[in-house]
Amino acid sequence: MSFLVNLALGFLFGAGLVISGMADPAKVLNFLDLFGTWDPSLAFVMGGAVIVAFVGYRLVLARDKPIIGGTFHLPTRNDIDARVIAGPAIFGIGWGLGGFCPGPALSALGLGAPGTLAFLPAMILGMWGARLLADNRVQARTA
Amino acid sequence: MTEFTPFASLAGGVMIGLSAVMLMLWEGRIAGISGIAGELLPPYRDGAFLSRFGFVIGLIAAPVAIATATGEAIPQTVSSNVPLMIAAGLLVGFGSVWGNGCTSGHGVCGLSRLSTRSLAATVVFMATAFVTVFLVRHVIGG
Repeated sequence: MSFLVNLALGFLFGAGLVISGMADPAKVLNFLDLFGTWDPSLAFVMGGAVIVAFVGYRLVLARDKPIIGGTFHLPTRNDIDARVIAGPAIFGIGWGLGGFCPGPALSALGLGAPGTLAFLPAMILGMWGARLLADNRVQARTA
Repeated sequence: MTEFTPFASLAGGVMIGLSAVMLMLWEGRIAGISGIAGELLPPYRDGAFLSRFGFVIGLIAAPVAIATATGEAIPQTVSSNVPLMIAAGLLVGFGSVWGNGCTSGHGVCGLSRLSTRSLAATVVFMATAFVTVFLVRHVIGG
């Protein structure tokens, strides 16, 4: 059941990316090109999503627990460490080079552009590398 | 040039926000794509693999379904510079997981929870992305 619900929510998310224009790297790169062919559309994507989530999370988190039970898995950290600066700095460079962040990159798979097919395996490899490196550091610290 | 599309972009953003809210309502998790995709590979720490897998399949299916239903191609211009796209993919993948989030996890979910950690992350990735595009288009390419 959770598989089907997630399938529907992933579909809604992906449809949102397409309708908003965020799935098109050209639009993303133009949003990021403040001093050139600036297209401010993506500020509206972020604005719409944040406003809905701001209100929606408040309603949802007033509940005791999620529908399927268990607990709400909310990030508890609020400190600003080196990783939460270095990671986004690296991510932003890649985003500016390719015009893809992880959601739009995945959603683009079925459209089969050569650039997407080069980007996606590299992205998955990078994600995996970061996880393994992070796990190693945790083990080294606790060993 | 791309066309300024405030209404379509706002509508798409609302859909993304609704997806995030309903994922929290259903099983109490943040809709961060780098987290969802990054945890698809082993080692597996929790029992949410099938959920994440379903979300990613839905994400991939949406553009194909929309293109099929409307009979129109999804407007998309992707660089065909393969070495550039491989480098970009590695940076996006590594950086988003290393920093515990990307545009969705920090940008949408984190900001709407008023997390200062996510605000810092969002400011940093927006800044390096703006600078990168500026350098590529106006300094190197200029």
